[in-house]
Order: sequence, then structure tokens, then C-alpha cells
Amino acid sequence: MTLKAILLGAAAGIITFAAPVAEADTSDKRIALSNNYAGNSWRQAMLESWQKNGDQAVTDGVVAAADAFTTSENQATEQAAQIQNMILQGYDAIVINAASPTAINGAVKAACDAGITVVSFDGIVQEPCAWRIAVDFQQMGREQVKYLAERYPDGGNLLEIRGLAGVFVDDEISAGIHDEVTNTNFEIVGSVHGDWAQDVAQKAVAGILPSLPEIVGVVTQGGDGYGAAQAIGATDRPMPTIVMGNRQDELQWWADEQAANGYETTSLSIAPGVSTLAFWVAQQILDGQDVPKDLTVPFLKVTQDDLVDALKTTPKGSVANVEYTQDQAKDVIAAAK
Amino acid sequence: MTSDRLRLLLPVLSLAVLLGAVFYLQPRAMSYFGLNLLFNLAIPVALATIAQMMIIMVNDIDLSVGTFVSFCACVTATFVHDTPLLGYAILAGAILAYAALGALIQLRGLPAIVVTLGMSFVWGGLAVLILPSPGGASPEWLRTLMTLKTPLVPIAVIAPLVIAFAVHLLIRRSWIGVILQGVGGNERAMERAGWSVVRLRATSYGLAGLFGVLAGMCLVGLTTAADANIALRYTLLSIAGVILGGGEFVGGRISPFGAVIGALTLTLAASFLSFLRLSPDWQIGAQGAILILVLAVRLLFVRKEATA
Repeated sequence: MTLKAILLGAAAGIITFAAPVAEADTSDKRIALSNNYAGNSWRQAMLESWQKNGDQAVTDGVVAAADAFTTSENQATEQAAQIQNMILQGYDAIVINAASPTAINGAVKAACDAGITVVSFDGIVQEPCAWRIAVDFQQMGREQVKYLAERYPDGGNLLEIRGLAGVFVDDEISAGIHDEVTNTNFEIVGSVHGDWAQDVAQKAVAGILPSLPEIVGVVTQGGDGYGAAQAIGATDRPMPTIVMGNRQDELQWWADEQAANGYETTSLSIAPGVSTLAFWVAQQILDGQDVPKDLTVPFLKVTQDDLVDALKTTPKGSVANVEYTQDQAKDVIAAAK
Repeated sequence: MTSDRLRLLLPVLSLAVLLGAVFYLQPRAMSYFGLNLLFNLAIPVALATIAQMMIIMVNDIDLSVGTFVSFCACVTATFVHDTPLLGYAILAGAILAYAALGALIQLRGLPAIVVTLGMSFVWGGLAVLILPSPGGASPEWLRTLMTLKTPLVPIAVIAPLVIAFAVHLLIRRSWIGVILQGVGGNERAMERAGWSVVRLRATSYGLAGLFGVLAGMCLVGLTTAADANIALRYTLLSIAGVILGGGEFVGGRISPFGAVIGALTLTLAASFLSFLRLSPDWQIGAQGAILILVLAVRLLFVRKEATA
């Protein structure tokens, strides 16, 4: 092989390698994550997803940096200071999971004024200059009832397990459930608070069961499905369809029941990997794309068909997760337009 | 050099060293814009530290500073914004309540640490009642004041200096300040000299309330909205700031300039650690280590002073 051929080959190689990178104008941009809390498994999984996805993006040359910062205490004043430090460090975009929807508005405004793209997700901020990737909790309630309505077109009795009383999320999911039930033949015959914890849910369901007629389905808020199953399994009632919340123990129980007697249900929740969605949305904005200010987080659904796969990839004590890709982020943006 | 000057030397030095380190790590901070971002959140901390100093001056300690500032922030973002007259009346009432607490503590001989701990739940509860979910808005003039573009030197540097100088005049140069420090130095002697210690303690608590209110208002001016838990950290920050600035828990030995510098140092320490890219798991510990280091160096100074 002559030198010329080698050079030609190398040039061709460079061109093919360079092609996918060429369309991104963001290779010199730096993105930072400002996170307010890291003290539970969901947040740990969220940070892990950010790290994995961010490192890959840096290796691929899509962005120059994707650094994660967590405040040492879950305090708004500390997060405001952290964001101001990021402005000084010269990041091009800041992705925020906020400690308070309002108390860091001043810092967010300062970032926007400095020409920095700010994207908030999960814990969103109210400052109008920032993008918001919010969770539609009402929809989460509606989806459950819709699935049950497909399974039981004739209707029947439902048991509702709620979350922690007085918390915004609990009110929203429950409102969605009750709103959707009016469009079906279902009737909610009982409602208990499970505090999003299996043990609390088990006790609460065991307590209300003797007073209930036969139920065909249980609507939940996540983290409570396994407890409900345990409580109902301890009686001689037929097992109703319990909607699950993507927790590993819930998926495991579902898979075991499926193997034993063909049990079918569905499961949905918010994947911790939503941080990677926020990353790609920030990247798209930096790329000059037209992105609406308000986006909605898609739900991660585990259906009968992908139960086995989901269970394989979910560690014990954790939640089913998925990392979003650039194309999925584009889909979410397109859907909001 | 007088011992007071010597006392102030250490906080000034530690601030200078930290500032040098931050400039080295992040040269961008060495600008009008950078200094403003570094220090603007230190203004409410400095005011809260002055509030704490007023209490420590009379040998007491206030565990309710953080919740009180949060409460004031909530009042500012709601009542002061919507119905200014009522809002200012509530804030004035809060200052009077603080003064009344001082009088009560003196009259009944109660331990201030317990009374203020109890009050922290009262202020916290009131804050949640006023603002059950985060929100509200900053009064326009306050926002303008806090984001003022002053010529040459940013407001974040001017404001702490002005605060320190004003309090210095009040505490170190006026008769009332000298007497209040006397309460911390020797309460009995003041009483025998014919002063009403009840009134004096009420005055120092009232001053603490005033600076707490100012801290809450400044905070809202910076954040543009409030949250019932917005300033919980200020309780410990303010105590650390006073001590870091050369104050003592007993004896009425306090320094307004020192306290403000202490507050700036603590704020800067957090930024420094974040620029270092230290993992958050280590940050609280590292912040504590900086504090202990400065206090240890001070102990050497004090020993020298005693032997000299």
C-alpha cells in the first residue's frame, strides 16, 4: 500500500467519523446540572443517568462538558448561590432540579440575563425565562383508569390508594383518577392513604378490605402496589388488577403471579432518567432549535410484553429506569409544539 | 496595635486568603459582575449575623434567627407587596414581639436558648400560614434596590460595608451601644448604676428584630419570591459568623465589622468549595473544617494577647 492510499483511507475515515458530529453546533458548549437533593434511590438513579449520558455525550463530542453539582443541604438559598457560581464558571446551559419553585427565581433571572439557557425539570422554577419540563400528575391518574376501562368495559368497583396527605402530588394524581372515573362505569368504593410506602399501604388496605364489596381493580400512586397485593393475597378474595408503579418489588411480584396464573396488569411512573431528557432539551436549545417553554415528561410504562426486560435491568430496591436519547427529546419537543 | 484591631485582623486575613483562592480558581470572578454574583447573597446573611450579634452582645443566643428571617421574607413577599401599610405594620409588630421576648427573658430569668428555640416553631408556623405554598412577589422598589447598578463597585460589596459602618457607629460610638455592651460585660454593675436591665435587654432584642426584618426584606429583593423554609440555614450561619468575626459568647465582646466579614467569609467558603469541584458529600465537612481552622488560629492569637 502506498503512502497516498493510506492518506486517502485516513481522510475517508475522518470524513465518515466526522459526519454525525458535523450537524451539532454545540461541541464547545458546557452544560451543568444543579441538583438540590441526593438522599433517596430515585435521586441517586437520576444522578447516575446524568453522569452516564453526559460522559457519553462528551466522548462523542456533542458537548464539551456535562458536570453535575448537588447542594450539600436541601436549601433554596444554597442552590441560588450554587447557580450564581455556575454563571461565574461560564456554563452555557444550566439544568435545574429546584429546591423551591420560587426562591431561586432571582438567581435563575441572573443566569438568563447572562445569556445562559436554563432548563428546569421535576422540581421546576416559575421564572418565565426558564424552560420547564413538568410531570403531568393528573394524566398519571387518568392513564391508570383508562387501562382498567379497557380491561373491564362493563365497569366495577375500584379501590384507590393515595399518597401522603396534604402533598400537592397526591391531590393531583387523585384528581386525575376521580375525573377519569366519571367517564367510565367504575365506582371508587374505598380510598386509603398508603404514603407511597409498601408497609403503610399493606396495613391501610388490610384495614379497609373487610368493609368493601368485591373489587375489580386497584388504582395506586407508585410504591404501594406490592403492599396492596400482600394485603389482598392474605384474604380469600380474588386478586384484582393492581396498577403498579415500576418499583422492583412490584415488578417481581407481578412476574411471579404471571408465571403462576397468568396475572396481567400495567405499570407506570416517572423514570429517574428524566435528567437525561432535560440534558438533551438543553442541548437542542443551544443548537438553536425552537423549543416551547413548557414541556411534559413522558411516563415510563411497563406493559405485559416488556415486563421481563424491565425486571432484568432494574436493581433490587430501585425503580425501572430509562435514559433518553437525543431523538426522543426531539419527539417530546415536537409533541409540545 | 490595640487588641480590638488585632482581633479584627484574623477575619480580614481569612477573607483575603479565601478571596485570593477563589480568584485563582475562577479568574472570571475578578470583575464587577463576578463580585456581585459572589457576594449578593451574603447581604441578607450579613444582616442576620448582625441580628444574632445583638443577642450575643447581651450574653444570650438566638436559635430562631433562621425561621424569623423566613417569616419576614414571607410577609414581605405577600403583605408588603399587596397591602404595604398592613405589611409594614406586621413587620413593626414582629420587632415589638422580639423586644417583648427580651423583656420576658430578663423579667422571668428564662434561658434565652430555650425561649428562642420555642419561638422558632412559632415563626416557622406563621410563615407556613402566610405562604402555604412557595410564591409571592418582591415589592418593586426592593427589587430595584437590590439589583442597583452602582458605579465602579458593585452593590454586593458596598452594602455590607455600609451595614458594618452603620452598626459600628451605633454599637461602638453611641452611648446606648456602650451601655448595651455593658449588659453583656457585667449585668449587675449596670443594674447598680441605676439602669433598667429589662429595658436594655428589650432594646437589644428589638435591634435584633429590626435587623432580622431587614435580612428578610433583602432576601426577597434578591430572590423575587419567598418560601416558608427559605432561610432556615441562617440560624447556624449567623452564630458562626459572629464567632468567626472575633466575637465571644460571653462578656459583650463583639465586633460589627468582624461579624459582617465573618458572614462574607462563610458565603465565600461555600463558593470556594464548589469551585474546587469537591463532592457534595464532603462539602459540609470541609466547611466545618475551614471554620475550625480559623477558630484554632484565633486561639493562638488570644493566647499571645494574654501573655503579652
